[in-house]
Amino acid sequence: MNQKQDILVIDDEHTVTQAVAKICGSEGMMVATAEHAADALKQLENNEFRLMLCDIMMPELNGFQFLEELVRRGIHTPVIMMTGYSTVENAVKSLTSTGAIAYIPKPFTADELLAIVNCSLRCSTLLEEADSAGLEHSRAMSYVPSPANYYRLGHISWALMEDEGTARIGVSDLFMKSIDGIREFELATTGDELLQGIPCGQATTLDGLTHEIMCPLSGQVIEVNDDASSNPSLVEKDPYFRGWLYRVLPTNPKSDLQWLSL
Amino acid sequence: MLLNSKIGLRLTFGAVLTILIAIAIFAYFNIQSQNRTLLTEVERHATEFSEHLKSDMRYDMMHADRSRIQAGILRIGSQETIEIINVFNKDGEVIYSSDLSSVGKMVTIEAATCFRCHLTGEPLKNLKKQEHVRIFRHAPDSQRTMGIINPIYNEESCWTANCHAHPESQTVLGVLDVTIPLTEVDETIRQSQVAITMLAISAIIVLSVMIGFLVRWWIDRPVRDLLTATREIAGGNLNYRVEVKREDEIGMLGKSFNSMTDNLADARLQLFQSDKLASLGRLAAGVAHEINNPLTAVLTNSSYLLKRSEGSPEMNDDLKVIVSETIRCREIVKSLLDFSRQTVPKKRKADINQIIHRAATVVENQLSMRQVELVMDLDDALPSATVDANQIQQVFINLLVNACDAIGDGGGTIKVSSKVISLGPAGTLQIKRALCRKRHDLVDRKVQVDGKPAISMRFRKGKQTGLIHLDPMYGSSGHQLGDMPDLKEDVDLMCPDCSASLIAEGETCPQCGSPIYVFEVPLKGLVQGCLQSGCGWHRWEQADSAWDDEYVEIQVTDDGCGIPKSQLPKLFEPFMSTKGQKGTGLGLAVTWGIVDNHNGTIVVDSEVDVGTTFTIRIPVGI
Repeated sequence: MNQKQDILVIDDEHTVTQAVAKICGSEGMMVATAEHAADALKQLENNEFRLMLCDIMMPELNGFQFLEELVRRGIHTPVIMMTGYSTVENAVKSLTSTGAIAYIPKPFTADELLAIVNCSLRCSTLLEEADSAGLEHSRAMSYVPSPANYYRLGHISWALMEDEGTARIGVSDLFMKSIDGIREFELATTGDELLQGIPCGQATTLDGLTHEIMCPLSGQVIEVNDDASSNPSLVEKDPYFRGWLYRVLPTNPKSDLQWLSL
Repeated sequence: MLLNSKIGLRLTFGAVLTILIAIAIFAYFNIQSQNRTLLTEVERHATEFSEHLKSDMRYDMMHADRSRIQAGILRIGSQETIEIINVFNKDGEVIYSSDLSSVGKMVTIEAATCFRCHLTGEPLKNLKKQEHVRIFRHAPDSQRTMGIINPIYNEESCWTANCHAHPESQTVLGVLDVTIPLTEVDETIRQSQVAITMLAISAIIVLSVMIGFLVRWWIDRPVRDLLTATREIAGGNLNYRVEVKREDEIGMLGKSFNSMTDNLADARLQLFQSDKLASLGRLAAGVAHEINNPLTAVLTNSSYLLKRSEGSPEMNDDLKVIVSETIRCREIVKSLLDFSRQTVPKKRKADINQIIHRAATVVENQLSMRQVELVMDLDDALPSATVDANQIQQVFINLLVNACDAIGDGGGTIKVSSKVISLGPAGTLQIKRALCRKRHDLVDRKVQVDGKPAISMRFRKGKQTGLIHLDPMYGSSGHQLGDMPDLKEDVDLMCPDCSASLIAEGETCPQCGSPIYVFEVPLKGLVQGCLQSGCGWHRWEQADSAWDDEYVEIQVTDDGCGIPKSQLPKLFEPFMSTKGQKGTGLGLAVTWGIVDNHNGTIVVDSEVDVGTTFTIRIPVGI
């Protein structure tokens, strides 16, 4: 096996792979490109990558089928899904698919790309460390076990159904660890409507990048945790309890929850 | 063939045939009765004449003055109205006659004059009065003639007279036979026959023409109009309307037909728009995908350059424009996807009146510039509805801008009103679960009524048994009763799974007396309904009382130029603009899509040069 490269970009649009390669390359990352899933699978036979960026809409094998193929071949490399056909369904499906850890709608700016790539690379590293530390093998789901009854959207955010019919929403510890030192949170306000799979807030990090927080559950915000927004470190320290972000009134919990994992 | 295909012609033909028969019978009996009256009159006259003649001759007979008798008969018989006067003796010999050549001639017993009395062996002594008269023709082609025989009876003065001419034993001494030609009478009869026939024929013609005309006017034309309308509608022209001028059943039929067509047109429009918007959605999704890839290249490269060009302010500024404009493109594509239902509307409770006010604020400047006055008539008690406030605001902005454009530069008034209305569950609520007493679901997904899964039940009547399928739309009655026997008879309904009875015992439909079925909708109580297909009686207390769906109705009315009728059906189609180059043609399509997304309806009513009204109904929701 050859040396481990950083990123593999898979997209049938040559301009997109080139742009991603240029931007990530400028940050010192080693980037390989593939024009379709078969090409990517071929490269994966000989090389190992820390991260992959994959388009959803591709001829022959599409992005989701590619992910299935990765699972079949036992390749655990984390994948960021990209698509120009940005729908809630695509976003949620990406984040709940085995192997995909993030989702970015096209078109994106260089900063948006770098934010998600950095975050995902760090996440990937953390998962590798967890691997070598001998933690369970199904990785993203068990990195730091979240408390019982917490529904998770990928490794990004969680939702906890409460007895009163409301739900609490927060971000996972893995997400917090993946982004580098939070400077501030930009959150929705009370009364706002959140949609599953659509950003419900942004976290700006010390490096100046902005990371979108994908919302795990659709609902109307009835309370925002002011402690968390005024003191971001609280979320870093205790993301599952005192560091929650929103209390919402879910609009469609039944169908939303089936996308989430316990 | 023609009769079979034209109801008017059939009706006319039937009526004319009836009249023809009636008038013909009437004319026939009328002529008969006139004939009889005339002949009776002539007969009476002739009999009287014969009697007078007899009494006139009496004196001469008594004196056996033969020459005077003969002279008198000659004189009287020479009148034009008399053909001949004969007097026979008992032996059949003509003893006096107005025709002298006949005197002395014998007649046989078979002669018309004699046979009435001498028909049987013994001669009749007394002949009935009407039998004195006989009508005959001398030759088959000659005129009719009336003969009156008047027997001269023996009497005391005859056998006691000096001449002793007649023995006492003789009853009938002779017969006076007067023959009168019926020429004049027959002529009168003929004339009256002609007159009555002419009258009958003209009556038939006049009545036929009138009936034909009336049938054509009252039945044929409206039926033909309806038929034309039906053909037009069937051919897809849902704008066609029947002209209703009357208040009778056909007028009502026309009205019902028009309202049915209205509903059909509305439904088709909504369906058509759904379809159109779905196509637009697919198109937009395709376009978004195609455009997002090149946009990605532009955005990534330009933002990458922007990051690297911090040392060069001039280039930096230019790149900022490229980046921000590309981001704007991204937002446009995203909103296109939003509109085309690729994203779910973000619905929550909102005050529609407040949304109207917000929309008004947005277009305020535009309105005041064009001297358009905005009149609000909003219901303060309007319940809040579950809507996507931004999308609904877009709807009002679109409608207000359209109204403003319709008014033009001359100034005018836009009226916005809101109110709450209630529409009942009947006809709008589909029953999706129906349980028997033992909790078996009766909804049968394999059988559909009107495209929806039917409610199936088993019937039993004597030894006959089978399945029936009820209409699942509450309050509708398009039941498929299959080969179930007559409803009036004692039919039992059962659950197909467990045979639990589904008949409401001891109850019948208050409208048509048919049996009533009953089943339970889980958590929502018992539903009863009439089994008769087409009756539609129903009772569902929970739905009837509590489920009147509330809708917020908003009307936007302007007094602008109006929209021609021909353009109304296309109004909500994408890329349809009445504003020429000014509009994109997407405003109303988007409006329609948003309202449809909220399970609402939008209807337009417009008259050229009078104004336009858009009516939106949005369910209040939970």
